[in-house]
Amino acid sequence: MDWNLLITQLMNGLQLGLLLFLLASGLTLIFGIMDFINLSHGSFYMIGAYFCGTVVAKTGSFITGVIVGLIGVFVVGALVEWLIARKLYRKDHLDHVLVTFGLILIFDTLVHLLWGASGMAIPLPDVLNGQLSVGSLVLPTYRLLIIVAGLLVAAILFILVTKTRLGMLIRAGASNRTMVEALGVNIDRLFLVVFALGAAMAGLAGMLIAPITEASIGMGNDIIIVAFVVVIVGGIGSVKGAFYAALIIGLIDTLSRSYLDRLLTLAMPGNYAETAAPALSAMLIYILMAGVLAFRPQGLFPIAGMK
Amino acid sequence: MFWLPASVSGRSYALLLAILALAPFILEWANQPFYLDLLSRALILGIAAISLNLILGFGGMISLGHAAYIGIGAYCVGIPSYYDYYNGWLHLALALSVSAIFALITGAISLRTKGVYFIMITMAFSQMGYFTFLSMEEYGADDGLVIYSRSEFPEWMSMDSDVSLYYWIFAVLLLSLFCTHRLVQARFGRVIVGSRFNEQRMQALGFNTYRYRLTCYVISAMMCSVAGMLFGNFAGFISPDIMGWARSGELIFMVIIGGVATFFGPLVGTIVFVLLEEILSTITVYWHLIFGVMLVALVLFGKGGIHGWLSSWDRKDEDHG
Amino acid sequence: MLIRIMRTVLIASAITLTGVAQAASVKIGFITTLTTPAGVIGEDMKNSVMLALEHIDNKMGNLDVELIMEDDGFKPDIGKQKTDKLVKQDDVDFVAGYIWSHVLLASMNSVTSANKFLISANAGPSQIAGKRCHPNFFSTSWQNDQTPMALGEYLNQEGVKSIYIMAPNYAAGKDMAAGVEAVFKGEIKGKDLTKWGADAQLDFSAELAKAKASGAEALYVFYPGKAGGAFIKQYQQAGLQGKLPLYTAFTVDSIALPKLQAAKLDGVLGSKMAQQWSPDMDNAANQRFVSDYLKKHGKYPSFYGAQSYDAIMLIKSAVEATGGNLKDKDALRKALMAADYDSVRGRYTYGNNHMPIQNFYLREVVEDSEGRWTTKIVKTVYENHQDLHASKCKM
Repeated sequence: MDWNLLITQLMNGLQLGLLLFLLASGLTLIFGIMDFINLSHGSFYMIGAYFCGTVVAKTGSFITGVIVGLIGVFVVGALVEWLIARKLYRKDHLDHVLVTFGLILIFDTLVHLLWGASGMAIPLPDVLNGQLSVGSLVLPTYRLLIIVAGLLVAAILFILVTKTRLGMLIRAGASNRTMVEALGVNIDRLFLVVFALGAAMAGLAGMLIAPITEASIGMGNDIIIVAFVVVIVGGIGSVKGAFYAALIIGLIDTLSRSYLDRLLTLAMPGNYAETAAPALSAMLIYILMAGVLAFRPQGLFPIAGMK
Repeated sequence: MFWLPASVSGRSYALLLAILALAPFILEWANQPFYLDLLSRALILGIAAISLNLILGFGGMISLGHAAYIGIGAYCVGIPSYYDYYNGWLHLALALSVSAIFALITGAISLRTKGVYFIMITMAFSQMGYFTFLSMEEYGADDGLVIYSRSEFPEWMSMDSDVSLYYWIFAVLLLSLFCTHRLVQARFGRVIVGSRFNEQRMQALGFNTYRYRLTCYVISAMMCSVAGMLFGNFAGFISPDIMGWARSGELIFMVIIGGVATFFGPLVGTIVFVLLEEILSTITVYWHLIFGVMLVALVLFGKGGIHGWLSSWDRKDEDHG
Repeated sequence: MLIRIMRTVLIASAITLTGVAQAASVKIGFITTLTTPAGVIGEDMKNSVMLALEHIDNKMGNLDVELIMEDDGFKPDIGKQKTDKLVKQDDVDFVAGYIWSHVLLASMNSVTSANKFLISANAGPSQIAGKRCHPNFFSTSWQNDQTPMALGEYLNQEGVKSIYIMAPNYAAGKDMAAGVEAVFKGEIKGKDLTKWGADAQLDFSAELAKAKASGAEALYVFYPGKAGGAFIKQYQQAGLQGKLPLYTAFTVDSIALPKLQAAKLDGVLGSKMAQQWSPDMDNAANQRFVSDYLKKHGKYPSFYGAQSYDAIMLIKSAVEATGGNLKDKDALRKALMAADYDSVRGRYTYGNNHMPIQNFYLREVVEDSEGRWTTKIVKTVYENHQDLHASKCKM
């Protein structure tokens, strides 16, 4: 057993999990409170990356890029809520799927028109491009930054949800929408804020991953399905559930990618195992979701009051 | 009966079927062999959409995993052909039985859930199917499998030429329209539609709604697998890509564009979808933008899909006449 | 509504019918990827084809060239559908292009069974070089194995003892791994095939950690297009530069380099790869191609572009050799087989399987006189190299 490798892979899994959490937390709130299925949530992930990349290219400062990008995605999210999503809350889920799939196509093509097909690299400051070593363990600095940032946002979100008035309304909204309305709260404004905040968090995830993978068209479309898996596994509307589920899925994905092929070579010829391992490791999270849905449909960490 | 289009727009649909029946001659005359391809493709997807509509439209079971059955049907042509078994009856029997078994197992689990959970669990199962084929090195994995020869049937019903394959597809299409109609009209259909709106009431009436819904799910899957079997023969190529969740999403759109819970809606929706895709994509590489705007507009401003427009158009006709 | 649709179809048909009526032209269909992130490769190929047409004044002999470009969307079934359209609807004389091996495999039968010619400007899967070879197929690129074989040979020459392999999980990825494995004499410490396609895996953290822990002496990867840039970046961020030397095939190219330069990833300078062509090759055809491309687009063309440029020139040579008689397929085939044109990589010949027999070079990433990052030939690894699958082709 190579312990350094295991620790590195655990950190990689943690990083993926936290990125998934940034995406899934907004998704689960929008889902839980507005009962709105937003397939185009991944577009905010992409837009965040492109906004940030554009600003970094102009100013040379990664921090400025992130701040301007966050504001930009927040505004885009608010606009989408105001112009489109708001009209759909009372329609059924099929309509949500249809419209938000349309939005994906629209956002992807707009990005293609504005920034071209080639994708965008985001340069990092030299400090972040290096590595940190602890004993014989060497970890990329930037990946550690993603982990720290992810944990920080998660902590802020927890405080926001559990300690503030906005959080109280959000929790109440997720478990009982009519009650919040009865309290005389401006429900439209609450929805707008939640939607835009969710978009901004997705955008942040995109900004954090883009310096590693580059910003590209459609980068959010695949990960959004995994984020949905996170939401379902964690329990719809539950931020805490999304957090644990995201970490579990991040770890499953990374660890199976690292170790499954060796396990499989015990059972089948090497060249078959090489092809089967990546596919099987991708399948594992769906098996997890199907299992959760079959035996515990309300998710692993359901919020009280939700059926 | 509210879901029946019988009185309205009957004329348009009769005209549609007549055009489809004559299409090979028209296209031959116009020297447009490619559009026969396009139409064959549209009708195959149309069969799949009709089968999806059976559970989604009439039964209210929104499956985001129906494309898995197209894949199963197509691989039931591809894999036997890989071992030089070309017998069409074998392909057909395999497609029907494999899809029935897969649908029975996954349906039995999925139907314990409702609403959005059903959407997600069907998606999960189809993704498992997708990744299963993706992992099979022997059958091409991600690269797919080239099917070098079509399924073999007796001379009079051979599908070797493009025109005879088209009529195969057309015949299966008619059969699936007929089956859907009979099923929905029968007591079986009334239970399915009834439990979509009020399951407790149906149970109180003494129906085991779970069993009815499961049967409906399996029938729909088997119907879809025949579309898959035809697709394998038509395309001459099959890759796991055809079973991805995005393809299942496209099937849902075809149903909605045409009109949910109508007999002809899914077929019309599919033809429109395929033609739009083809025409728009030849105009500009940015055609997704137009398509996306249309989808959004369809929900925000359209009502009941194309079938809805046709109905109101027919009604207007009747008002004037 | 329906009538309207039918009318649209008929109008569309009428337009194409009138298109057919114009004779005295050679019709070339070109399939590449114009959407999805991989569209950046397609763009380079498109630019090069357009430049080629400009250079030949849009004429082959006394025939006008009519080019129809189609997007495969990075999907085999769409590629096949578009190929069918080119063959049946547009009735083209040649279908060229194809970046991806799996798209080519799915589409080839549609072209060859209609007795038209297919000129691959990139993909060279082992099947088509071997058992499934066809008289109407020609390549202006290479068989997939050849470039990695050249690289494996170079690793042997350098005395590298062990390597770790990473490649995407599709036809070409497997060929690229197999090529190195066939030649390399040292130990293969490990191999990872990662998810590919429209939703390809782009975070290689788990695989890089494995490669590092494997104790291999060098890392060999194949990540074409966009994935290449992402890979190099993570390689550098993981601190492997200098510790686990990087050797690539089709990964570091003129598409990735400007972006790597913009991101200041200077770790890629000096990295080595094998290739049959390089922008700095010293022949008249190449000088003209590269300098005009640079002038027009402000960046170097990639090997994809070079091969696409060659595809047009090869077709031109055949059309002119047969005096513009596009009906005479046998004469066309003979003329294509002669490869009698000035390729930007210099002259080459065709083997029995219609794959080029050509030189392979070792390239190195350098900075040019104007500070742009590009590649330069260091030495010749193989002279007149033929692929291993030719013997399996009964032609």
